[in-house]
Amino acid sequence: MRALLVGAMLLGGCMQTSGIDESDWVRIAAGTARYQAADASGATFEQHSDGFAIMRRQVSQAEYAACVAANACLPLDGDLREASAADLAAVGVSWMDASAYAQWLTQRTGVVHRLPTYAEWVLAAGEAFQDIQAEVFDDARNPAQRWLAEYDRESRRKPLDPRPRAFGSQGSNANGLLDVAGNVWEWTDSCFGKGDFCGIRIAAGQHPSGLSDFVRDPISGACSVGVPPSNLGFRLVRE
Amino acid sequence: MKGFKPLLIASAIALSFTSTSLLADTTDGLERVKVDLVAPPQVHAHEQATSSKPKVVQFRMTIEEKKMVIDGQGTTLQAMTFDGSMPGPTMVVHEGDYVELTLVNPASNSMPHNIDFHAATGALGGAKLTQVAPGEEVVLRFKADRSGTFVYHCAPEGMVAWHVLAGMSGTLMVLPRDGLKDPEGKPLHYDRAYTIGEFDLYIPKDKDGKYKDYADLGSSFQDSREAMRTLIPTHVVFNGKVGALTGDGALTAKVGETVLFIHSQANRDTRPHLIGGHGDWVWETGKFDNPPEKNLETWFIRGGSAGAALYTFKQPGVYAYVNHNLIEAMELGAAGHVKVEGEWNDDLMKQIKAPGPITAK
Repeated sequence: MRALLVGAMLLGGCMQTSGIDESDWVRIAAGTARYQAADASGATFEQHSDGFAIMRRQVSQAEYAACVAANACLPLDGDLREASAADLAAVGVSWMDASAYAQWLTQRTGVVHRLPTYAEWVLAAGEAFQDIQAEVFDDARNPAQRWLAEYDRESRRKPLDPRPRAFGSQGSNANGLLDVAGNVWEWTDSCFGKGDFCGIRIAAGQHPSGLSDFVRDPISGACSVGVPPSNLGFRLVRE
Repeated sequence: MKGFKPLLIASAIALSFTSTSLLADTTDGLERVKVDLVAPPQVHAHEQATSSKPKVVQFRMTIEEKKMVIDGQGTTLQAMTFDGSMPGPTMVVHEGDYVELTLVNPASNSMPHNIDFHAATGALGGAKLTQVAPGEEVVLRFKADRSGTFVYHCAPEGMVAWHVLAGMSGTLMVLPRDGLKDPEGKPLHYDRAYTIGEFDLYIPKDKDGKYKDYADLGSSFQDSREAMRTLIPTHVVFNGKVGALTGDGALTAKVGETVLFIHSQANRDTRPHLIGGHGDWVWETGKFDNPPEKNLETWFIRGGSAGAALYTFKQPGVYAYVNHNLIEAMELGAAGHVKVEGEWNDDLMKQIKAPGPITAK
């Protein structure tokens, strides 16, 4: 019986049409998110939301593994390919992986599941969200002032221990969300930059990070500095 | 005891006929100066040109065997170092000076070590005369009879590659007595000198592909040797660690300042490049008697040598100083940064239109 049940779950069968358990959702009231542009251009954004439901925790390894077993998500890389813990976040996922999971869950449940926008993440993160400090430069004609300031800001960021930690072990915020801005950055649907082209998305966490949508394991290279996200994971929202 | 006296006198007479007597030393009467070394990327204070007579310049280096973290993931190397840093400190003298090094191998170490100066003549660069077991020290003196940036490294028989790849290399810079010059003989000066030592590292991995961590130096040898023999480095780093010259460790300069970048690679070829800048005057081979090349974009440092590039910064910002094999720079670690403050020059560069929608014309 147990084997049958597990089999049905892995195949995404009719036994679990509701997807993620109701107790795993948190309702975020209508509000306006305010934040500095993730690219540190100095621009400030304000975005209103009518309210939404967001997962209390990040999507688990077991949940992602079920999507892989249903051939709706791609297997992860290396050791993560076998990861199936129910109390650990699925990490090493790209924006494309996260989106595929949302699409699969939507099809399976008939309820639209999607990645949050960055503004929604900011609202849900509440006091756990730390905005970039706005900086004013006395000489607008010298772009290097901003580059040097950005460099120093990024240099001050220290790496976090990337090892996986059980849900809830990195605290909960006032909205009841677990592990916000911990060692797992969360993919959002928002573009890094403006314009129609959107190949770079914002991963939200201790600091916003613009990453190509296919990246699973971010590294910082010679042209960038500072600390890349420790891990890439995600949580979903429902309207 | 008395009986030996005539023999001693006889040998003293015999020696007095040879040109280099044991009783008279070629450095007798020369000024002797002690120089305290500093850890790279800094270079100890020195004159760029000197009017003084040749000196005996005394340095002291203590060999430190220690475990070092070589990347942001906590990967470790059982390192062997001159004076505790990778690379070892840069020594600066002038052509015609004598380098007198006291090399100390503390009893706490587990290996014999020595030093081969590419600038020195004879005895395998001094390696034959400097072999020290743990608990010993040795003093070597040699004449710096040609100018240039030269690698020094450890060279114990049968284990040269391992010792060098585990950290034991550095640079000796022998400046012309009258300083650096352009091809027309005009003097060249620098406001700052930085020394960069590039290392290709070969960290052994376990069956699961994870980097291994070793409790002591000896136990890392066999695996390290096998990893080295693949010729595929796991890390290529400046100054001992991925990111050592970035963030808090970034180099600094100001617009208008001239910087001398000394770059050594004791094992493998490399190709430094300053992103957004140039090499105004570059001694690719590092040997100052050859005229420097002008306005280079990238320069080639042969494995087993040190080169030097002079650049005057003209624009503020964050520059990347990389090995322009970009896989080695971006993926394996061979990158540093230079933070440069000053006024932006619109004539040299200006953004005419910020990124935006494509317009018809």
